[in-house]
Amino acid sequence: MFSRPLLRFVPKGTRINFMRGRFVGLATSAVLSIASVILFLHPGLTLGLDFRGGIVVETRTHGPADFAQIRAALAAQHVDAAGVQSFGAPDDVLIRLDAPPADAPDHEARTQALVDSVRHAVASLPGAQVLRADAVGASVSAELFRNGMLALGVSLLMILAYIWFRFEWEFAVSAVVTLVLDLTKTIGFLVLTHFEFDLVMVAAILTILGYSTNDKVVVYDRVRENLRKYRTMPLAELIDLSINETLSRTLGTSSTVFLAALPLALFGASLSGFAWVMLFGIVVGTSSSIFIAAPLLLLLGEKRLRRDARPAR
Amino acid sequence: MMYYSRLKMASVIAVCLLGVLLCLPNTLRQPAPGVPWRQIHLGLDLRGGSYLLMQVDMNSITADRLQTLADGTRQALLDKGLGYRNITTDAKAGTVSFTPRDPSERDADLKALRAMPMVVPGEFAVDGRADGGIVITLSPDAMRRRAAEAVTQSIEIVRRRIDATGAVDPQITRQGDDRIIVELPGVSDPEHVKKLLGTTAKMTFHMVQDSAVGSAAPGPGVSLLPLASDPNQTLPVVDHVDVDGSDLTNAGAAIDQQTGEWAVNFSFDSAGARAFAETTRANIGRRFAIVLDNKVVQAPVIRSAITGGNGQITGGFDAQSATDLALLLRAGALPAPLSVIEQRSIGPSLGADSIRAGMISLAVGFMLVILFMALFYGRFGWYANTALLANLVLMVAILSLFQATLTLPGMAGMLLTLGMAVDANILINERIREEVARGRTALAAMQAGFERATSTILDSNATALLAHIMLFVFGSGPVQNFALTIMIGIVTTLFTTLLLSRMLMVRWYARTRPSILPV
Repeated sequence: MFSRPLLRFVPKGTRINFMRGRFVGLATSAVLSIASVILFLHPGLTLGLDFRGGIVVETRTHGPADFAQIRAALAAQHVDAAGVQSFGAPDDVLIRLDAPPADAPDHEARTQALVDSVRHAVASLPGAQVLRADAVGASVSAELFRNGMLALGVSLLMILAYIWFRFEWEFAVSAVVTLVLDLTKTIGFLVLTHFEFDLVMVAAILTILGYSTNDKVVVYDRVRENLRKYRTMPLAELIDLSINETLSRTLGTSSTVFLAALPLALFGASLSGFAWVMLFGIVVGTSSSIFIAAPLLLLLGEKRLRRDARPAR
Repeated sequence: MMYYSRLKMASVIAVCLLGVLLCLPNTLRQPAPGVPWRQIHLGLDLRGGSYLLMQVDMNSITADRLQTLADGTRQALLDKGLGYRNITTDAKAGTVSFTPRDPSERDADLKALRAMPMVVPGEFAVDGRADGGIVITLSPDAMRRRAAEAVTQSIEIVRRRIDATGAVDPQITRQGDDRIIVELPGVSDPEHVKKLLGTTAKMTFHMVQDSAVGSAAPGPGVSLLPLASDPNQTLPVVDHVDVDGSDLTNAGAAIDQQTGEWAVNFSFDSAGARAFAETTRANIGRRFAIVLDNKVVQAPVIRSAITGGNGQITGGFDAQSATDLALLLRAGALPAPLSVIEQRSIGPSLGADSIRAGMISLAVGFMLVILFMALFYGRFGWYANTALLANLVLMVAILSLFQATLTLPGMAGMLLTLGMAVDANILINERIREEVARGRTALAAMQAGFERATSTILDSNATALLAHIMLFVFGSGPVQNFALTIMIGIVTTLFTTLLLSRMLMVRWYARTRPSILPV
């Protein structure tokens, strides 16, 4: 354990023919992504507080939560809760309210008054305490959503530009197409798991994009190097070789990131949703580097890359 | 590539030691002599507290300015003995318009109005309209400057009000053109603060138009204002402000000697006292309205001239509301109403839970990665682990150096950095393995491995950096914190892997000159 490695991820000198299964890989990915888009359209993402606006109050009751009592306390404050539900432990309760619509007069002030009413209701329950109370006005939530989407879009463009600049357009386009496929699958995952889509999830998705790009850049880097080294090798064979050569690293790095994020998913309390999405993204990103990004590069670059590679750049 | 100068080695080690030194204050409660005192701030989500995002009502600033301008117009015309009809303000267009009493007075009107004092140069323009009317238009540029000033002023007043509540370590920052962020560590129920900040506390003194009491249309220059005690009742109050609350020097809550009720005593500065004395002297026997945020708090009859510059407001206060009003009057009026548009508050127990969860995750994640690297890469894995530990130390050091705020998402960022940080080492190790498999000598394999891996490492980290810069630019609050820790993490990762762990590997090689590499 202190000197020589005890384990090896991938046996030395693998020669797995990934490109043979390229159409299966692309088709599977396309089907999953299309399914995700359908899920996105219906039933759609569960929007979190950041993007939907409204009020969420987390409370901890004394002993297991008595929902009838909580509802009665809320009713006494004239609060019409959209949802009272438990989460995590049996004494943890989530009270959810919709914000007054943005076109209502004084909607911001009314939202704030509602939070205070919920606090008073919780204070009337013996031994209960407010763990967290968040209220986001309708105008802010729309703005946060716009910024979140803008961040996603601009990052994709920047990644496209960067890879284009460092490699060739075939690399950039295949990488970004793969990223879009990864992104749609992650959204599908969010729909299925009902994790709330909020700013923290946008952060998770952007991290996945960054990580996934990182992974693709390493494979592409090797492809580029091999293009110069093996002038006559057919591109399919060359891409296979590059994937095989970097396979050990790809799996090694994915494993360490996976291992680092796993405890957060298990013990991370309020960040566990974020961490689960990360874990999903790591698996998707790693597999798409091998099964999607590389085949796309083969499709796009079959003729061009070989011709261009002759005078080594 | 395989040679490390003593100077370079010394600098790498020095940076790591400096990192340890910078981390130290975080483990101490009290400043210790000789240790730089810069700690990481814990975010509200970790220590409990409230975050309020407030918006300054820009429409009201425009409306206010137009109201004053209309007042000024009236005054300027009357001073010159000119007349007017139908003064109207249009907040949307930012204009005050009126019709001259007689078309022949038009030029005199224009001249009088152009001589009106401006707060900022070019603040408004006076023009004649085709239909014979005159229109005064506020310039958008001047309004923007005014609005910016109003936000700055609001921040000052918000700070004074919050300081008066005794909140510990509040953070008040400007966001964008018209927003203010208020962060209150330790305040997990901001209801009281929200109430204080939601009050404009603009106090003005006007004469009551007693002749118009009971009439539905009180005439020009007079408004029907609701009573604070009963919003359904109104009182006709002259628009002209006789004395302004901004002339107050002090205010305090006290119990009225005669009635035993809570009251707020206030005193004016010399200018205010003079205006107050003049107004009261000239209007003995008339009623005088104390207006707070467009509501009449009280309208006593003036019995005698009040020359001492002191006054008292009574009107159904209890101890808390009297204290609050005194606090608000002392701190000054907000130039425009503020509304809370986002509120997030976290109780202290949840913060403690989050710290525990974050710490456990960090510790377990760190252990798993270390174990993985040791099992799969042996000696070079341990070098990577050393670099990983240094990486963690340096991240904490940089966060402390900038006194950055650490939030739960920030901790997640550190955790992810730990996972990604060994990537560079894995890339190097895998390259060296490949070169060894090709039958190169140990030295040649290490050299080629380092060289080839470096460009890949730079490329992959640059793309990750790009994604997180975007996240930082477009994110807010917790997301920015997450992006910031990862950006710092990428920089420390490059340092620890490209310089530190490589140094360890090279030094080991130089010391032992092995013929076979442990990869």
